[in-house]
Amino acid sequence: MNNEAVNIFDEEIDQKGQYLTFLLEDEAYGIWIGYVTEIIGILPYMEVPELPDYIRGIINLRGRIIPIMDMRLRFSKTFVDYNERTCIIVTDIEADTVGLIVDSVSEVVTIADDNINDKPMMSTGISNQFVKNIGKVGDEVILLLDCEKVLMHNEFEKTLNEDQYGRKKE
Amino acid sequence: MSINFENEPMMDIYIFETTQMLDQLEQAIISSEKQGGFSAENISEIFRFMHTIKGSSAMMLFNTIEKVAHTVEDVFYFIREQKPEQLDYSGISDLVLECVDFIKIEVEKITNKNEPDGDAETLIESLKIFLDGMKAEFGGAEIMDKPKETKAKQYYIPQEKNPAISLSACFHALVFFQDDCMMENIRAYTLVLGLMDMVEEIYFSPADIADNPETAIEIREMGFEVYMKSDVGYEMIKAYFDKCIFADRLSVREVDERALKAFQKELEVAKPAIPQAPLIDLFEDKKSKPASNEVTGKLNSSNGNSANGQAMISVNVDKLDKLMNLVGELVISESMVTQSPEVENIESENFHKASLELHKITEELQDMVMAIRMVSLSNTFMKMNRIVRDMCKKLNKEIVMEFIGEQTEVDKNIIEHISDPLMHVIRNSIDHGIEDENERLAKGKDKVGHIILEAKNMGSDVLIVVKDDGKGLSKEKIIEKAKKNGILEKSAEEMTDREIYKLILLPGFSTNEAITEYSGRGVGMDVVVKNLESIGGVVLVDSEPDLGTTITMKIPLTLAIVEGMNISVGRSRYTIPIATISESFRPQAGDCFRDPDNNEMVMIRGKCYPILRLYEYYKIKNGQTDLLKGILIMVEQDEKRICIFADELLGQQQVVVKSLPHYVTSTKKILGLAGCTLLADGSISLIMDIGGLTGLRIQ
Repeated sequence: MNNEAVNIFDEEIDQKGQYLTFLLEDEAYGIWIGYVTEIIGILPYMEVPELPDYIRGIINLRGRIIPIMDMRLRFSKTFVDYNERTCIIVTDIEADTVGLIVDSVSEVVTIADDNINDKPMMSTGISNQFVKNIGKVGDEVILLLDCEKVLMHNEFEKTLNEDQYGRKKE
Repeated sequence: MSINFENEPMMDIYIFETTQMLDQLEQAIISSEKQGGFSAENISEIFRFMHTIKGSSAMMLFNTIEKVAHTVEDVFYFIREQKPEQLDYSGISDLVLECVDFIKIEVEKITNKNEPDGDAETLIESLKIFLDGMKAEFGGAEIMDKPKETKAKQYYIPQEKNPAISLSACFHALVFFQDDCMMENIRAYTLVLGLMDMVEEIYFSPADIADNPETAIEIREMGFEVYMKSDVGYEMIKAYFDKCIFADRLSVREVDERALKAFQKELEVAKPAIPQAPLIDLFEDKKSKPASNEVTGKLNSSNGNSANGQAMISVNVDKLDKLMNLVGELVISESMVTQSPEVENIESENFHKASLELHKITEELQDMVMAIRMVSLSNTFMKMNRIVRDMCKKLNKEIVMEFIGEQTEVDKNIIEHISDPLMHVIRNSIDHGIEDENERLAKGKDKVGHIILEAKNMGSDVLIVVKDDGKGLSKEKIIEKAKKNGILEKSAEEMTDREIYKLILLPGFSTNEAITEYSGRGVGMDVVVKNLESIGGVVLVDSEPDLGTTITMKIPLTLAIVEGMNISVGRSRYTIPIATISESFRPQAGDCFRDPDNNEMVMIRGKCYPILRLYEYYKIKNGQTDLLKGILIMVEQDEKRICIFADELLGQQQVVVKSLPHYVTSTKKILGLAGCTLLADGSISLIMDIGGLTGLRIQ
C-alpha cells in the first residue's frame, strides 16, 4: 500500500518537466504530459454544425464521444488535408476531454525549469496567445501550449449578424 | 469547524444516510400527525433518527447540526420517558419539521462542499422553551440521567497471526484527542480497528471504548493508551498514528516486550472476567445489549434497516450510467459483428443459431439494465404530503391528498425532473384551486378539499395527473389577464376552452391578485412547462367550473433509448425520433414553390408545409440539393409541422441517446440537436430535436 503511494508520488514529480512535442507547419510545440491521455491516428469524424471551424467534429473513441480540434485552424494557419502522419492527441484538460489534431507527434522531452523562459511581452498575434512559455531543448525551441487558453471560447469571434433562420452567424 | 475532504467516502455515506433519515423522519412526523398523535413506536423511531443524526454529525464535526439534533432528541427523550398526555402535537411537529428543514439545508451545503454555516440558535432556543414548558406542565420529576457504568471493563484482543515470526517489536502509544472533537471513545475505537491489520497483539486502555461512552471522558483526561506488538516497524506505526485525525498530542515509542506483558497483566488483573475476548465478541456483545449508548444505538438501527430493506442495495447512479453505456455499446458491437457482410456469407446453421442467441441475450440484458434504472414514483409523491400539510396549516384549509398508482416506475433521470413541477402544480391547486371552508360549504361541497395525484403508464409515456375538486379555472379571468399582459394572440371569441386554459402555461401569467407565500409571483406554470420540456414532457390543462381542475403531465418513460429514423445528408448522419415523423415522400416538381420572402414550401393534399433544407441549415457540404432527388420527411411537434429535406433514409433503429460532449455544448447551444448516438457501423449520428426546429420560423 505504502509503496504504491510512493510510486504515484514519484510519477507526478517525473511528469512535472515532461512535455509531448508535436509539429505544426514548421514549429515545434510542447504540451505538458499530464494533460495527455493517449495519441491516436486520425479517425473518421462526424461534423457538428454551427461550431467554430477549428472544431472539426466528434469522434467515437471506443464508445466515448469526444470533440476534435484542428490545431492549425485554431492557430489560424492554413488547413492541410489529413494524412497518415496526422495524429490526434487526446487530452484531459480540466473537465473536458478533447482531441487535438496535429501534423505529427515527435517525442517526449524533459525540460528543466531554468530552460523555460517567459515569452517576450511584445509578441502579439493569434497563435501567440496560446503559448505560455518557451522551452529550450539543446538548440531547439519549443513553444509550450497554454491548454486552458486553447480550449477557451473566444467571445469576440461571434458576430451579431443573423442569418435567414434568425440564428447568429459565425 | 472545517470539512475534511480527505474523508470523502465517509462524507458520502454521511450525506446519503442523513438525507435518507431526514426523509423517513419527515414521513414519520406527518403520518403520526395524521393519526392525531405520536404513537410510542413513532416516538422511539423519531428519537432514534435524531440520535443517529446527532451521532454521525458529531463524528463529522458538524456541530450545529449535532446541536439541533441533540435538542430535538432531548424533547423526544422527555416524551418517551414521561409519556405526557395532551401534548401540543402540531406545535411539536412544526418545530421538528423546522429542524428537519434546517438540517436539510445544512446537508445540502455540505453536499455542495460549502461550510454548513447556518445559525440554529433561535431554533434551539425555541425547542428549549418548548421543552421547558413541557417539563413545567407534565414532568414533576427531572428525568434521571442515564445510568452510568462506572466499572471500567477492560479486555484485550490478540490477533491470531503466525507467532513464529519473532521480528516484531513492541510499541507503546499515548494519544490525546483534540479538546473539542467529542466522542473520543469512538475515535479511539476507529483507531484500534485500523491498527488491527498491522499488529499481532494489541492491548489498550480504557478497553471498553466500543460500548461505554463514559470512557470518552476518561480518554479526554488521561489519554488513550495502546500497547501493541507488530512487525511492520516503528515508521509505519508512527505514520499511522500521525494520520489519525483529531489527534492532538501523541507519543509513540518502542518498548521492551516486558512492558507489554506487564500491561497485559495489569489488564487481566483489572478485569479477569473477560479473558481474551476475541474481536468478534466485541460486535456480538454490542448487538445483544439494549439500545442505551452511542455505538449500540447506531448498530441496531442499521441492523433494523437492513432487515426491512427487502435485501436492497444502494448503488451509485454513476455506476448505473456506466453500466447502461456499456450495454449500449455491447448492443452496437453485437450488431456490428452479426450484421457485417462477411459474416452474412457464412453458411453454418450453428453460427446463425448462436448469433440469434447472442442477440436475444443482449436484448434481455439491455431491458434488465433499463429496469434497474426504473424507480417508483412513490417517494416523489410522498414528498408532496409535506407541502400539502404545510400549506393547509398556513392557509387554514383542510385538504386530503389521495395517491393512485404511485408504484408506477420511471427512469431515475426523469424522477429528478418531476419533483419541482409537481410541487408547483400542487401548490397552485391548494392556493388557487381549492376554496375556503365557508365557500365550499356554501357551494354544497364537502368542506374537506380533495386532491388526487395519479400516475399511470400509457405506452412509452407516463401520465401524472393532479386533480382537485376546487373552483376550476375562470375563463373570463384568464382572458382578461392575458389581455392585460398582452399575451393574447387571437380574439377571445375564436378560442376554444383548451386554448384558453393553455394561456395559464405562458410565462408571466398569474391570476392570483394577492401575492402569497406560495404562489403568485408570476413564475408559475411556465416553469412547470419548461422543466417538463427539458425531459420531453408536455402539460395539458382541463377544467370544469366549480368541479375542479385537472392538470396532466405527459412524460416519456426513459430518456436513454429512442426509436429513430436514420437519415443521411452529405457525409453526415442524423437520427430523427420516430414519434415525430408523420410521413416521408419524394415531392413532385409542381408541388414545391417559394413565397416572396423566399420561404420554400411544399403542397401536399391541399395543405402547405414549410421545407427545411438540412444541408443549407447546417451548412453541410455535398448534400443533395435537388428536391426531386432527395427525400422530404414530414415531422410534427407541438402541433407544428415542417418538412425536413435530406439525401436519403437509411433505416429505422433503436438508438441509445448519448449527450454531446460538454465541450461542444458549452461552445454553442446548437438548435435542433438533442444528442448523438453510435450507429451499427461505429459511426456517429446526431439525434435531432424536432421541437427546436419546428419552432424555428413558423409563427
